[in-house]
Amino acid sequence: MATVTLLYFASLREAAGLASERVDTAAADLQGLYAETQARHGFQWPLAALRVAVDGEFARWRDAVPDGAEVAFIPPVSGG
Amino acid sequence: MQGFRLAEVAFDIAALRATLLDDRAGGYASFEGWVRDRNDGREVSGLRYEAYPALAEREGERIIAEALEKFDIVRVACVHRIGELAIGDLAVWVGVSAAHRGAAFDACRYVIDEVKSRVPIWKHEHYRQGDAGWLHPDSGAP
Repeated sequence: MATVTLLYFASLREAAGLASERVDTAAADLQGLYAETQARHGFQWPLAALRVAVDGEFARWRDAVPDGAEVAFIPPVSGG
Repeated sequence: MQGFRLAEVAFDIAALRATLLDDRAGGYASFEGWVRDRNDGREVSGLRYEAYPALAEREGERIIAEALEKFDIVRVACVHRIGELAIGDLAVWVGVSAAHRGAAFDACRYVIDEVKSRVPIWKHEHYRQGDAGWLHPDSGAP
């Protein structure tokens, strides 16, 4: 079991109705964590459309969920 | 300056350009991205950029390092606005100094293209008709 802080941006923040939250998770990896989060908030985004970051660095979906980490699901960017 | 940063308020291009001057440089290329009044056929009244600052600055610095590695340039810098912007406002600036123009243009193009595709910044457009929405290009989702 890990406790993480989830960060939401742009349309994910609007869909979740919050910018961040602390959650306990038993997910084996970041992919599993997204699946849990997606189900809880009803996110429309498929995993393949997103990237994931841990503590301000891009990570891989198969990476484990580090206890105490800050995890962000990154929707397609539109800067510039 | 050299590197990448986010700016919460309007910034001065002349001061940034001055930081790229160098005796080794024979030229300078820059790109300015401005807020325009329409997008995808819709009339835009303004926009807001939101970023994940920690990751945006890290990824921006990585792009700057890649540009220095790939191109024969002297200095390179990029500044991207966040917050509320009006039509005509400067949204992003890239500047590159180099011994020769080819590398300066190429590096400038590289930086703006990579920033647009990789740096976690999102555009929230406000439309003249009163609605607003997040832009998530090439996503095929919501």
